[in-house]
Amino acid sequence: MLSLISHDTPRSKILTVILLAIGIGLLFAPFLFPGSRSMETAARIAVFIVLVASYDLMLGYGGIVSFAHTMFFGFGAYGIAIASDTLGRGFSSLAIGAIAGILVSAVAAVLIGLISLRVRAIFFAMITLAIASAFAVLVSQLSTITGGEDGINYQIPRELTPAFKLMSAKIFDVSVNGKLLNYYLLFFCSAGLFLIMLRIVNSPFGSVLKAIRENDFRAEAIGYRVVIYRTAVTSISAAIAAAAGALYAIWLRYVGPGTALSTEIMVDILLMVVIGGMGTMWGAVVGATVFVLAQNYLQPLMQVAVDATKPLPLIPQLLDPDRWLLWLGLLFILSVYFFPTGIVGRLRKNG
Amino acid sequence: MAGDNITLETRGLTIRFGGHTAVDKVSCAFSRGVLTAIVGPNGAGKTTYFNLISGQLKASEGTVILNGRDITGLPASQRTALGLGRAFQLTNLFPSLSVFENVRLVVQAREKKGFDVFSLARSHSELADEANAILKRVHLAELADYQVSGLSHGDQRKLEVALMLAMKPAVFMFDEPTAGMSMDEAPVILDLIAEIKEQEHATILLVEHKMDVIRTLADRIIVLHNGALAADGEPAEVMKSAVVQEAYLGREIADV
Ligand SMILES: Nc1ncnc2c1ncn2[C@@H]1O[C@H](COP(=O)(O)OP(=O)(O)O)[C@@H](O)[C@H]1O
Ligand SMILES: [Mg+2]
Repeated sequence: MLSLISHDTPRSKILTVILLAIGIGLLFAPFLFPGSRSMETAARIAVFIVLVASYDLMLGYGGIVSFAHTMFFGFGAYGIAIASDTLGRGFSSLAIGAIAGILVSAVAAVLIGLISLRVRAIFFAMITLAIASAFAVLVSQLSTITGGEDGINYQIPRELTPAFKLMSAKIFDVSVNGKLLNYYLLFFCSAGLFLIMLRIVNSPFGSVLKAIRENDFRAEAIGYRVVIYRTAVTSISAAIAAAAGALYAIWLRYVGPGTALSTEIMVDILLMVVIGGMGTMWGAVVGATVFVLAQNYLQPLMQVAVDATKPLPLIPQLLDPDRWLLWLGLLFILSVYFFPTGIVGRLRKNG
Repeated sequence: MAGDNITLETRGLTIRFGGHTAVDKVSCAFSRGVLTAIVGPNGAGKTTYFNLISGQLKASEGTVILNGRDITGLPASQRTALGLGRAFQLTNLFPSLSVFENVRLVVQAREKKGFDVFSLARSHSELADEANAILKRVHLAELADYQVSGLSHGDQRKLEVALMLAMKPAVFMFDEPTAGMSMDEAPVILDLIAEIKEQEHATILLVEHKMDVIRTLADRIIVLHNGALAADGEPAEVMKSAVVQEAYLGREIADV
């Protein structure tokens, strides 16, 4: 068990409880929270844990600021969409699409890294921003392949859709269909990717990343070729982001700029990293869960609050569900103010 | 200073910062088994000369040759891998990592394990054992688990030397290793340098201001003045020469 998580224990009782709750919650989500809305939420959390953790691999461990992470996510998602759209529905289309997306992502990251990682960090950040914007424009222009702004709806293998019934009986009142299989495909792949990342950060390679983040000048002086390590971690991170994109595309059966490419997703990733805590893989789990839950349930929660405070002056107006973004922003500012090292950093400090 | 024992050589090594020439056509060879003291007033270019040799700065002109190979174009990491060890004048460590981890990272670099993404770093006991042995040598074993940023200046200087020991280099470059250390701490470093000299048959370059240290350790002295090589020879000889009296030693020559 310890070696499964690479001996990277949460190092805090409360954090352990929270992480176990999230893990168990996601593992049994279809049974604990039946209904398509909560399934969507659970799937989104699982995918974003991987996406945010892969971003933190670069930012929190490698000390590299990139704004192209959504693009890498998009490579994986569009890989699935385009392959399924052009080659037809089938598992081989999924495999081809995923592998192509991951490869393109890894190679693109190596090229961007070798061109720009040897210079100043800010330059790399600007390059990634430029390339990601260019890619987004390209996707909306090449509408014959990408579906442009409308995106692509495509068919996935029947075995992964609700139409496929594995058995007629239900387990705990949940029908065992392709949708359930699809969820578990997504869940176990996400969990596997997360554990791989946990291993990477605790490997010799991970220890070099921490050294580079601390003092890149000295890391080079003791014999580590910094630009190569930075390029390598960027590439690994990009490949994993693409894998997350592919999983999400298989789940959604639709890919468009809004779900896989928008700058909004990039901002969400940044917020999740900061809320959870940088430089620890567990931060991604907490950050992604808290953020996606807030995104999905803050509005209904506020409606409840409005109803409860109806007789009072002003408060119902403030709590109007339309103002949810304001409250999310406020939550973010408060969390950064009170937990500058993220929720995980804070919990670890308390022991 | 036998010719075929040469490990490190610089030929016409020069660097200019704008109009200022910080290191000026320095040609010099260093041999195995010889400890060369490099002296010169502050700003003479000693640290810059080191930076050119170990690759932190790129030369404007000239070449650096290590074991017969031109390394002028190589990045610092590759020079280190080829056996060039460097300790810095201004302590330059990994502050939020532990004392142990600082040394372990160097051993890991030397063993070329840095690209291993599958094993657990902590499972490499051979790296850990060696790191612990080195910490013992510099009297830091008790502080192994402490965060470096909490260490005293003297202990940080010791760790700086420990990192170079962990490289097992062919050439050791010490840049004022005892600067700012107390009277009772400095001998730990000086004894270590003497020990390296005895045991490792290494090429040692030592920038040092304290004359008594130079007198006991150095086999040879070179003098840098305004970036240029001003004198080179046996310690007694160099200390007597007019250029040194004028350029650096001043009145201290009376003690020799
Ligand atoms: N990166 C740099 N940019 C500009 N000038 C520098 C730089 N590094 C060193 N110098 C200048 O080079 C000269 C030599 O400095 P240094 O090598 O540190 O001397 P020393 O170590 O002998 O005291 C000084 O005048 C210093 O100001
Ligand atoms: Mg100096």
